[in-house]
Amino acid sequence: MPPMMDRIPEKPKNFKKAVTETLSYASKSPVPFIIVLILSIGSTILMIVGPNQLGKITDEITKGLATSIDMDAVLKIAYFIGFLYILSALFSLVQGLLMASMTQNIAKTLRSKINAKIARLPLKYFATHSYGDVLSRATNDVDLVSQSLANSLTSIISAFAQFAGCLVMMIITNWILAGVTVASTLLGLFFMITVVKHSQRYFKMRQVSLGQLNGYIEEMYNGHDVIRISNAEQSVKERFVKLNDAVRTANFKSQFLSGLMPPVMNFVGNLGYVAVWVVGALLLYHKYITFGVITSFIIYVRLFEGPLRQISQNITNLQSAAAASERVFAFLDEEELPNESQKQDKLPGVGAVEFDHVKFAYPDKPEKEVIHDFSASVKAGQKIAIVGPTGAGKTTIVNLLMRFHEVTGGQIRIDGIPITDVSREEIHRQFGMVLQDTWVFEGTVRENLVYNMEGVSDEDLVKVCKACGLYHFVETLPQKFDTVLTANSDISVGQKQLLTIARAMIQNNPMLILDEATSSIDTRTEMLVQRAMDNLMASRTSFVIAHRLSTIRNADLILVMQKGDIVEQGNHDSLMALGGAYADLYNSQFETA
Amino acid sequence: MIKIIKQLPGRDKMIALLCLALVACQVWLDIELPDFMAEVVQKLASTEENLTGDILISGMWMLLCAAGSVALSITVGYLAARIAANFSYTVRATLFNKISDFGTAEMKHFSPASLITRTTNDITQIQMVISMGLQVMVKAPITAVWAVVRILGKSTSLSIVVAVAVAILAITITTVMRFVIPKFRLIQRQVDDVNRVIDESLTGLKVVRAFNADEYQQNKFERVNLNLTATNLFTMRAMSFMGPVIGLVMSSIQLVIYYIGAVIINAFNIGGTSPSGSPITAANELVAARSEFFGDLVVFGSYAMMVVMSFMMLTMIFMILPRAQVSAKRIREVLDEEISVTGGNDYSVDDAPSAPESSSVEAPAKLKGTLEFKNVSFHFPGSSENFMRNLNFTVHEGQTLAIIGSTGSGKSTLLNLAARLYDATEGEILLNGHNVKDYPFEILYKKIGLIPQKATLFADSIRDNVTFGDRESSITEEDIMNALDIAQATEFVMKKDGGLDFMVSQGGSNISGGQKQRLAIARAIAKKPEILLFDDSFSALDFKTDRLLRKEIADKLKDTTCVIVASRIGTIKNADCILVLADGEIVGKGTHRELLQSCSVYKEIAQSQLTEAELEA
Repeated sequence: MPPMMDRIPEKPKNFKKAVTETLSYASKSPVPFIIVLILSIGSTILMIVGPNQLGKITDEITKGLATSIDMDAVLKIAYFIGFLYILSALFSLVQGLLMASMTQNIAKTLRSKINAKIARLPLKYFATHSYGDVLSRATNDVDLVSQSLANSLTSIISAFAQFAGCLVMMIITNWILAGVTVASTLLGLFFMITVVKHSQRYFKMRQVSLGQLNGYIEEMYNGHDVIRISNAEQSVKERFVKLNDAVRTANFKSQFLSGLMPPVMNFVGNLGYVAVWVVGALLLYHKYITFGVITSFIIYVRLFEGPLRQISQNITNLQSAAAASERVFAFLDEEELPNESQKQDKLPGVGAVEFDHVKFAYPDKPEKEVIHDFSASVKAGQKIAIVGPTGAGKTTIVNLLMRFHEVTGGQIRIDGIPITDVSREEIHRQFGMVLQDTWVFEGTVRENLVYNMEGVSDEDLVKVCKACGLYHFVETLPQKFDTVLTANSDISVGQKQLLTIARAMIQNNPMLILDEATSSIDTRTEMLVQRAMDNLMASRTSFVIAHRLSTIRNADLILVMQKGDIVEQGNHDSLMALGGAYADLYNSQFETA
Repeated sequence: MIKIIKQLPGRDKMIALLCLALVACQVWLDIELPDFMAEVVQKLASTEENLTGDILISGMWMLLCAAGSVALSITVGYLAARIAANFSYTVRATLFNKISDFGTAEMKHFSPASLITRTTNDITQIQMVISMGLQVMVKAPITAVWAVVRILGKSTSLSIVVAVAVAILAITITTVMRFVIPKFRLIQRQVDDVNRVIDESLTGLKVVRAFNADEYQQNKFERVNLNLTATNLFTMRAMSFMGPVIGLVMSSIQLVIYYIGAVIINAFNIGGTSPSGSPITAANELVAARSEFFGDLVVFGSYAMMVVMSFMMLTMIFMILPRAQVSAKRIREVLDEEISVTGGNDYSVDDAPSAPESSSVEAPAKLKGTLEFKNVSFHFPGSSENFMRNLNFTVHEGQTLAIIGSTGSGKSTLLNLAARLYDATEGEILLNGHNVKDYPFEILYKKIGLIPQKATLFADSIRDNVTFGDRESSITEEDIMNALDIAQATEFVMKKDGGLDFMVSQGGSNISGGQKQRLAIARAIAKKPEILLFDDSFSALDFKTDRLLRKEIADKLKDTTCVIVASRIGTIKNADCILVLADGEIVGKGTHRELLQSCSVYKEIAQSQLTEAELEA
């Protein structure tokens, strides 16, 4: 557990909103939270009455020193305090249990919402936000919110209760000593604030220098081989020493300053203790007070300065929690894909596609059009290849077709129906999709193949796997279709790709999209996969994006794209005869130096 | 843990001992503090004398104690911070240097990610224990023991009360912990599960949507989410018991002490054993004895609190300590790791002519750019089965050797063996007639330039990336430009803000994959090695750039030997010699034309990429 003040709190933009919004996730009504608050304050107040009563016991004892102590009176008070203490502990226990449910409820709901949100966000969101960012919101930020926010809030409130309660009880017990306690605590508070103010700079310094060092370490470890083969070990070590040295200095200073806190707080406590004692003893000597008052105050001093520390710590926590909750809510408030339940959800499923003067620009950069004026007509059952250099907009066309993005001009029609009139789900039902990044998740082979489809029998699985050349692989697995694939599974890229092809085959949709489906596998493996893909493409409208031109020679229609435009279209032979961009591209792969 | 701490330099160990002494002094002052009160309390209760002076003097002493205590603990804090900072500095440096000397095998064994945590997080863990340890860990037991001694001297029955309190706390904390700690590990796993499913939803974004599988993912997520929530809830509920119990014990202890104190005072014998026999003196003595006990009673509460607090601190330390121990163990593992590949120290490799018997080449006086594999076999550490078997070939100065084969056939491994990222387990690899193992790293890597499959750039200027590792500044501006020209990088570099001084961001995220690859190639060329090893370095380039680059290399680096691993037939068609690898063995060796005739594996690959007409050409 790092000392709390080591963290530099981030400031939330709208503190109140962040807090109320978070709490609204615990339960719909504010009642449970109010109960928690009442319990927490109640527990504190019950505890605070204790010392005052303890003073009364002391008084009974001093009264009876010369003669005999009235044990009945003592016992009566003792029972009373004991009752208060037990009640206080019970309150606090119930409060803790309720709080646990509340915070866990918040965490669970937030995590759920974040995961559900991922499905409803337009694809463009992920173009500008890294996965790591989303992941860290779902885990780190949610943890921070659920654990700190509610807890800190109740801690602060109960600390205030303790602070105020102590003050009242002290004034009731003896106003002079109350004044002494407050004065000495204020003095201590002043010390504390000075230290905190002074140390912030060094914490920042440490975080910065540590960040630089960690970044450097990360970079160097990941580039280890390059360092070795570049003979750079010496210069890397020298640079490391410099960074490490900076961390040492910052570490030392910040650690020392944060180490000052406990002794200073201890000193403040002692100061109050001594002040209460001296003033109290003098008052006692002059018979202004009884001994019991001193006894009470010795405890009150400690109860009084505790909340100050708690409040300052928890405010820091609360701030970073509120900042984290703002990040979470910012994500949850992102604009979602529009609801399409009223749209048509049936397409004839023939497989004819028409691109009619399609234009597209990403919503965040409307002035920069990536697809300018794309028109093409695809008949059912045709094989369409889209080729062109990186950044030409090949994948964008597919994304538009799948309605991952929406066209900004023109129209795409499937079987004559504009795709904007059809629900996204129905469009997705038209296509099978195999992508370059083979997506295999942790689960059994069967789960990976049958993914979200119903009524797939084992015979179907076997048939498809045989068609894809995957059956042999599955047979060699220890539990066949029930073998669990994990991140560590010994499964090659080629096999993964075959899995995704088989998945698309089981789906058995009228059209097919292959987006660089083979570029991450070598040519020999590709031959195996190619056979599977040819099977898959037979009698389906297929869109193929490929790097390797050899895979698309037999396409019915080749669209050559450059910078968002179709510069040529036709089949292989006609394009080669044209001697333009396609021929150039095609020949460059065989020309040798 | 202890072993790691022994890394501290001698002076710091002395300072640590000094800290111990200072903490002991501080505890003494803390314990003395309430004692001053006891005397006055006793007088206040029993006499009517003027006590103003006594009170003020006692207050002054107490203040002095408090001031002394805070001064001492600040000093200890200062020293502890220094030791801890020094410690993390030293261990981090040792670790970093050790890891710098690691070979690729060790890097793989630990994985960079794990090594990063070990160099950063794990060290911070231990650093924290050390700085806390020097203060709290030392202070708590000293205080506990000292205060217990004081208490025992004053009243046995009250000491029992304190003992009971400590026992209740200890039992509560250990019971809760026994339930909770195993759950912590479970939580870690369940958090991983939650992360995994979210990561799945993210990386499979398009697939999930294409399959309309939002609900499927959400259901899957709900399962792991519920598991995590249930375990979290259990631990939090269990932990909820701790606070109230601790609070109750802490408050009650005062109450019980005063109550039992009252009972004891009442039971003080009236009359009886008084030596003077006079009833008045007996009564006076009784009051005096009672007052003394009462004075002790007031102080006793403070001591009791000290004892309880110290025990609480100790339990906290026992909760933190295991984590630090795990960290220490992880650091130890790295430091104890045996390094598989170390540089040779035969500095004569560079100037002596090759030994005739070690090379099958008819050697001129001095060989250049010649690489030979002699019966080389290799298996990865930890595996007994040979991954590469019986490799034999030679490539001479200025020649181009191409290597082709399917994924997993061992193409990259072959290059890594030549560049000593791994060492051959059998046979020898000769560079200019000398075993590569005899070369000191700095000479070896001047002669060999390897361009790995995945281009790695560092957060630095383009210039510093190209001249990376050149400490003597032997690479001139002209060399840099020349290398960029050959690597087809000049054009895009000059378009960047600041040209050569353009700052590449970490992981090279502000330049494209193809550009990264070209810079990595320029880096290898700039140091003018005798042999260039390209590990599928062209696949990130489009066909045109690929072709231009190869042409430039052929034109401008005529004397440089090139070994090229490639997957495109077009890239390697004109190589002087092509090796076809399958399952770690050479299954074909010759030119494109020869292999088309003789090697079925090669023919299959060629057929998959070229048309019949092109095959004939």
